[in-house]
Amino acid sequence: MIPVCRLADLPRGEAFRFENIPPIAVFHTDAGEVYAIDDTCTHQDASLSDGWLEGCEVECPLHASKFDLRTGRVDAPPAKLPVRAHQVVVEDGMIYVQLSQDAPNLPPCVAHRLAGEGAA
Amino acid sequence: MRTVAIVGASLAGLSAARALRSQGYDGRLVILGEEAHRPYDRPPLSKEFLAGEMPESALALETDDEALDAHWMLGARAVGLDRSDRAIRLSDGGTVRADGVVVATGAAARTLPAGGGLAGVHVLRTLDDARALREDLARGGTLVVVGGGFIGAEVASTARALGLEVTVVSATPTPLAGPLGPGMSGLVSTLHADHGVRLLCGTGVRGLSGGDRVEAVLLEDGRRLAADTVVVGVGARPCVEWLEGSGVALEDGVRCDAGGGTSVPGVVAVGDCAAWYDPAVGAHRRVEHWTGALERAAAAVTTLLSGGASAPEPVRAPYFWSDQYGVRLQFAGYSAEADRVTIEEGAADDRSFLAVSWRADRPVAVLGVNRARPFMRWRRRLATEAVQRAGSF
Ligand SMILES: Cc1cc2nc3c(=O)[nH]c(=O)nc-3n(C[C@H](O)[C@H](O)[C@H](O)COP(=O)(O)OP(=O)(O)OC[C@H]3O[C@@H](n4cnc5c(N)ncnc54)[C@H](O)[C@@H]3O)c2cc1C
Ligand code: FES
Repeated sequence: MIPVCRLADLPRGEAFRFENIPPIAVFHTDAGEVYAIDDTCTHQDASLSDGWLEGCEVECPLHASKFDLRTGRVDAPPAKLPVRAHQVVVEDGMIYVQLSQDAPNLPPCVAHRLAGEGAA
Repeated sequence: MRTVAIVGASLAGLSAARALRSQGYDGRLVILGEEAHRPYDRPPLSKEFLAGEMPESALALETDDEALDAHWMLGARAVGLDRSDRAIRLSDGGTVRADGVVVATGAAARTLPAGGGLAGVHVLRTLDDARALREDLARGGTLVVVGGGFIGAEVASTARALGLEVTVVSATPTPLAGPLGPGMSGLVSTLHADHGVRLLCGTGVRGLSGGDRVEAVLLEDGRRLAADTVVVGVGARPCVEWLEGSGVALEDGVRCDAGGGTSVPGVVAVGDCAAWYDPAVGAHRRVEHWTGALERAAAAVTTLLSGGASAPEPVRAPYFWSDQYGVRLQFAGYSAEADRVTIEEGAADDRSFLAVSWRADRPVAVLGVNRARPFMRWRRRLATEAVQRAGSF
């Protein structure tokens, strides 16, 4: 479990980007739920924590793909692959994330860059 | 409706096919496209794909499990439309008859009047164009980009990162003055020089010179720029010649109402080929942006399936993005209406800011440079205000 941030620091309707490789986006919905998914859109290089949060969905700020925060599923194109959804636990006012064991679906340009950095 | 034919197998055409199926159309669906390729994404052609950071397979717009149940006719060019029975004539002599037609033939790159036929001179619109340009850029040397638009700027940025010597020639006093307006374009024009790209503004191109292969670009002011490769990025024209004489009204593209309906019943148009009536500005506007081709397809299909009876949902203001020199620009709205520009966040010198164009006390356009989150909020605000204004016309 990774401690991410305090619940009190993440108001409803807001998102937080947690620096990790790859980064994680944590959302506090208007209904009061907290969800965590991969922050990088699977379509291209955009940060979903910058996106538009509506209900249990986030719309990517670049080309408006929509992802279900509960499952990571794609609800609207152009993205073709889901983001990973991570398990969230809130304890004593602290948000913890348990990272998914699946391989992330990084967009080709980001995967290319990470591969380049790994080789360097 | 028993048969719907979509002409043009790219973003707008594919989005229309998806919208037809999701709105319950279960009849025959024919998708015609001149290119031999299945629908692919164009924006990476000047960015990641040209840079060699994205494989060709990643350009595909369809998903593996897409179940459109469509009959694809690729490599088929429409050359005419008979309005009486909505028969589409093909260049190979065949015809496709349909009860409903979606025109999604997009746009093609404009070329220079002189200098065609020289090796090393490129336009960039299709995958085949991008493959050819990529090969030439790999030779290194000097690149001259003719045109101060987005595609030219992106190619300049990509080629510079690949190590070429790059010059951009723009006929307007600042590049991107058309899409961004004079106030905003000045805020981003320094990006070229920051990255060692030479920018020559306010001068046109007289012609190109060379033997078999291009050797130089000749400017109207008499200068001669040596070039190993030239990219002509002087805009695009709508692909609507095939509709001439069909009765479908044309005027810088297919003239459409606010829901994509054309002057001929049973024919709608969407994407780069279409000039929709935009209630927010009270005029027809052809929008050449990716997001318009994607979002408006659903409205065009609603218009087609309802026979124009259902009032269209208001569309969002035109929006586009561009990646160049490692920064991301996002723009929405109508810069032509603006009388002043303010910086709401950040600073232009830091290449990270949010600027808003105003007409009197109304925001009419917003430009974000590496400011995705506030940009998104401003874009929504523009949309709300546009709807309110449309209501007051
Ligand atoms: C290099 C490049 C970079 C871009 N970058 C961006 C960007 O960063 N941001 C942005 O917002 N937009 C960008 N765009 C614009 C965006 O790609 C277009 O707005 C989008 O492709 C429009 O989709 P469309 O389906 O309407 O038309 P098109 O993609 O042009 O497709 C039309 C299709 O119809 C076919 N066709 C034409 N005539 C006929 C005929 N008579 N019969 C049969 N088929 C026909 C064509 O072959 C083509 O395949 C870029 C475009 C290019 C070329
Ligand atoms: S980057 Fe998210 S939809 Fe394109």
